[in-house]
This record gives sequence, structure tokens and C-alpha cells, in this order.
Amino acid sequence: MQVEAYAGEEMVLNMGPQHPSTHGVLRLELETDGEIVRNVIPHIGYLHRCFEKHAENIDYPGVIPFCDRMDYIASMNNSLGYALAVEKLMGLEVNERVKTLRVLMAELNRIASHLLSIGTYAMDIGSFTPFLHCFREREKVLDLFEWLCGARLLYNYNWVGGVSHDIPEGFEAKTREFMTQFEPVIAEMDKLLSYNKIFLERTADVGIISEEQALSHNVTGPNLRGSGIAWDLRKEEPYCGYETYEFEVPVGLGEHGPLGSCWDRYYVRIREMEQSLGLIRQALDRLPEGDVHEHIPRRVRPAKSEVYDRTETPRGELGYYLVSDGGLIPFRVKVKSPCFTVLSLLPAIAKGGMVADIIAIIGSIDIVMGEIDR
Amino acid sequence: MEYLRELLTQQVAGYDQLPEVLQIFLPMLLACLLCLGLVAFIPLVAIWGERKVSAHMQDRLGPMRVGGWHGWAQTIADGVKLLLKEDIVPAQADRLLFKLAPLVVFAGGFAAFVVLPFGESFIVSDLNIGVLYIAAISSLGVVGIIMAGWASNNKYALFGGMRAAAQIVSYEIPTVLAILTVVIPVGSLSMQEIVRAQSGGVFNWFIFQPVTFLAFWVVYLGTLAEVNRTPFDIPEAESELVAGYHTEYSGMRFAFFFLAEYANMFLVSALATTLFLGGWHGPGFLPGPAWFILKATALVFVQMWLRWTLPRLRVDQLMHVSWKVLLPISFLLVLAAGTLALWREGSP
Repeated sequence: MQVEAYAGEEMVLNMGPQHPSTHGVLRLELETDGEIVRNVIPHIGYLHRCFEKHAENIDYPGVIPFCDRMDYIASMNNSLGYALAVEKLMGLEVNERVKTLRVLMAELNRIASHLLSIGTYAMDIGSFTPFLHCFREREKVLDLFEWLCGARLLYNYNWVGGVSHDIPEGFEAKTREFMTQFEPVIAEMDKLLSYNKIFLERTADVGIISEEQALSHNVTGPNLRGSGIAWDLRKEEPYCGYETYEFEVPVGLGEHGPLGSCWDRYYVRIREMEQSLGLIRQALDRLPEGDVHEHIPRRVRPAKSEVYDRTETPRGELGYYLVSDGGLIPFRVKVKSPCFTVLSLLPAIAKGGMVADIIAIIGSIDIVMGEIDR
Repeated sequence: MEYLRELLTQQVAGYDQLPEVLQIFLPMLLACLLCLGLVAFIPLVAIWGERKVSAHMQDRLGPMRVGGWHGWAQTIADGVKLLLKEDIVPAQADRLLFKLAPLVVFAGGFAAFVVLPFGESFIVSDLNIGVLYIAAISSLGVVGIIMAGWASNNKYALFGGMRAAAQIVSYEIPTVLAILTVVIPVGSLSMQEIVRAQSGGVFNWFIFQPVTFLAFWVVYLGTLAEVNRTPFDIPEAESELVAGYHTEYSGMRFAFFFLAEYANMFLVSALATTLFLGGWHGPGFLPGPAWFILKATALVFVQMWLRWTLPRLRVDQLMHVSWKVLLPISFLLVLAAGTLALWREGSP
């Protein structure tokens, strides 16, 4: 038997599930040697709410509110994926107005979600002010949503075959107003945080996800693009008519240190908000007439079949695998979570870093425990 | 204190008939009480101020209700709440050290106030080693912090305590060296002597002198780190260590840490004021103490400003700043100050 070389005394530090910056209820088991982290073991499951079992016991439209509750930061995008999957299962085609509204809301929600991610990231790095600036802006998006459908966080907006509410009168003008005042805020964030020397020091050389690692661990979304791979489902497999919009896919450039660092991932999100603004503007410009309830089926009863459909949420590629046995209730709903796959990479990139780096990495991969545990 | 004794002798009838011991002791007690009042009062204002400053930087209002005008009584209300809180000592804690730690931290901050020259005669004791005393006694805090970190029997607290020890010890060195650049031209360690050396107009303040101008920034950065303020607040980095060394503290014991932190903020600002900003010197329309407090408050404001703007450094980066940046600079500064002093002596 070979005895491993004695590496010094290591302390096991339990970080979470109640910890200010594990973004919910993630629990990390850290083996620390002083400030240096020798090993990280993530433990998940503290927010398990039986989404998949629930979905097997409720009719198709009834699953939508549960979808909202998975990634509660980006509910619009979550329910959109599910609605699209069911529509694909039924062979349902929605009208143009519904498609445009879905794009509009998904992008607004993407901005809100990225704002939260950036804000909490700033707080993780120790800067409190950008956090509140981000939340102030996010609040305005939530106000719009509240006006639209009455809810601020869990909207139940994307229905099978349509959306729950058409936009109220004056919504368009208010959204444009929000955009004009929000655009300078992005530049302000650049000044306050993105190019701050200390912020760069903390993030630009930390948590490198190489291209290879990103692909092998199925990292998606901004995390993948932060590693320099321009893969966005809105471009690659367009849905809701994304192919007719003009937008770019921002990728990490490795301007400040190695490619795929925390800073690259962070900065991709900032740039994505700009692209989302462009998408919202285009959606508002074209908004066709139509009835948003036109194609909502009386009864959702897909034929016996199965379908896999994936969409680009703010956190990456969210896939729904639906199996229908021809009844009113889904036989199986399986979710492919983007946060789960990226979290699986955490031990690989966090080893050998410092305790403070762990926080920087968790913040930069932007996980939502609700979606990982479901 | 001599001034206080004279005052008492003049104002209180029959004071000089008291026994000699009392005649000496009473002014001491009075001065102590004044200092204690100051140490208790400054945090009250500073905490409220910090909440207001942070709020306005973050597009909020901050406390607005308690006490009426802009929530001025908020800290008092919080203090009362903390007093009434249950006193919790963790079951596995080292009870004696746990209870002693906040007192040690507080005592370190409190004792340093003794040599602060608020005005020409407003100083409790003008020690002839005042600067040395302040450097020494304010480091007492770190002992308390390690005690707190160790005694809590909590890993986060231990991390915080260790970080604090490393940080404060590292930053003490460049700070004290940079302070030497002031002591060399003055030729005295007494706080009052240093202030007097800066009399005669704004441009005699050490911040406007060639070498000490740089020393000011070293001292300011170093003391910022010593009082654990952003960007050097790693001992209590809430996003990493929950609350660092005071994770397990609650109620009044926690309040002691809090009081000490804010008292220390003022203390280091007052130290920088004394050494570089001319102490109580200022245009005649305001009395000396007012100038002193004004200048120190301005420096405290800058500390808050930094805190609510900057992110936090990592441990290794923090050490890098101290050992590889500030230390060489302060050595060079001492060298420059010494050379300058010799040169001035040589060419009268």
C-alpha cells in the first residue's frame, strides 16, 4: 500500500447552505490549507422541489407555473422553453404577435436576470454599490412585468399556444422609456466596476474555463461564450423567429488575462444586455397585430410521442424532454439544466485557488439553485 | 490634563484644599470620562453618517424615521436594541477569551484617544512618545481580534482572526516607517510638537512638503488596512467569511466591535490629521478643536467613500501591496527624509 505524501494539515470548511454568497443553498465542502483550497466538493439538493414528479401529475398547462419556479430569476425564459416544447409536441403554430411578444419578454427578462447576476457578482467581489444600482434598474423591468401580467417574479406568462396577457396600452412607450434611460447605465457599470483595477485583479486571472473543458462539461450560455465559443441557440437553432432579428453573439476575448476567466464571463453578460436592448427595440418596432389567445387549445392533449426542445435562457441551454402517452398529463418531463452542467465543472476550476477565488468563481458561473435542484 | 487641573482650581472653590491625591486624580477621571464619551459618541455619529453616505451613493435615502430629522437617532435606537439582545456565548467557545476579546479591542481604540491633540490645550496627555504610543496601543486591537477569532470556535471566525493578524502586522510596518518621515524633521515624538512644527500657514503642513507628501498616502493606505476598511476589509469579508472574527458575536459584545471599528476609523484619521494636515491649525474664524475634528471627519468621509466604491482585494494581493509596494516606498521615504534633514542641518 502506498501512503500519500503528507501534504500538511487541512481544514474542512463547510461553506453553505446558509452562506451569504453561495447564491442560494449550495453547500460546498472545502478542504483548505490556510487560504488555499485543495479540494471542492459541491453538494446540491437543498432546494429540491420534485419538479419532475409534479409535472407527471398535472395537466400540460399546469406545469408552466412549476417551470417558472425553477430558475426564478428568469421565469419568462423558463416557461417559454416549456411552452415551445409542448407546442412542438402538438404541432401547434402560434401567430406572429405571440412570437414577437415572447421574444420581447424573454429579452426583457434576460436583462433583469443579467442585472441580478452582475449585481450580486459585484457584491461577491466586495463592492456593494453596483449591486444596488443593478437592482434599481431590475426593479424597473419588474415593474413592467407587473403591469403586464400582475406578477413580479413568477409570471406564468407563456401559455401553450399563446401568452396570458396582451400588452397593456402604453406599455410600448414605457418600455422604450426604460431602454433610453437604461442604456447609459451599462456604460456606468463599465466605469464603476468592469474596468476597476481591483475588480480586474480579482477576476481576470481566476477560474479559467478552457475551450476544451467548456465543451466536455457541456457548459452553455454566457459561460460558454466567455470561453470564446460563439454558440447561441438563438442563432444556431432559432425559435420564435429569432432568425429574423439582427443581433450579435458577444464572446469573451481574453482582453485582461487568459481567455475564459471570470471577468470574460462577467463581461459577456454586460455585452449581452446591450444586444437584448437591440432585440427589444426590433420587437417593439415590428409588433404585428393579432390575438394572443388565438391558438390556445381548449384541451392540451398531444398524441403519443416524445420531443426534446431547447432554448437559450440567460443561464444557457435549457432543454425540455417531454414524453406524451396520449393523455392529458405528461408521461415524463425531464429538464436539462444549464446551471447543473456548469456546476459540475466547479471542482476542476476551483482547485488550488484561494477561498476568495471560490466566491469569485461561483458568482461568475451565475448559478440558480432552484434550477439545479428543481 | 494640567490645564484641566488649573481650570478646576480656578473655577471650583476650595479645590486646592483637597488632598493632593484627589487633586491629581480628579482631573484624570474627568479626562477619562471625556474620552469615553468621545469614543462612544463618535461611532454614533459615524455609523449614522456612513449609512447616509452609503445610501446616497446607492440612490437610497438611508435611515429617515427614527428621531425625526433624517433619522438621526437611528444608531441610538440600534444601540438600545443591541443592549437588550440576548447575550449568546457558543457552547464550545473559550468563554473567558470570548468575553474578553471585545473589551481588548475596545480598550485599544479607547486608550489611543489619550494622546490626540484636539487643540492647543485640548489633549489629555501630551506624552513625549505620543506617536510611538499610538502606534503601539492601537495594535492592541489585533490581539483582541485574534482572541475573538480563536475563542469563537468557528472556522470562519478563525479565518477572519488569522487574516486580521496577518494584515494588521504587515501594514503596521510601512505605516510606522512613513510616520518616521514626519518625526525626523520635527525631532520629537510628541503629538503637540508635531502639530506646532506645522504652524504658520497651510503650506507648512506636512502634506505639502516634498517627502511627507508621499508619506501621507502611505500612512493613509496603511491605516485604512489597519482598521479593516474596504478595499482591505478581508478579515470581515462578508461574502467570503460571513462576518469574519465577529461571526459568533451578538448583542452588546458585537456592538463593542462595531464601536471600536468606528472609533478606530476616527482615530487613524485624527492621526493623519495630526501628522500631515496641520492638526488643529487653521484660519482663525474657527477654534482649533473644530478644525481638528473637521479635518479628521473629512478623512473619515474619504474612507466611507472608498468603501462604497471599491471592491475588495484578495489576501495575497493585499500582502503584495504591503510588502512589495508600500514597504519599499516607505523605506525610500525614510531615506529621503533623513537625507533632507542632514542636508538642511549642513546648510543653515
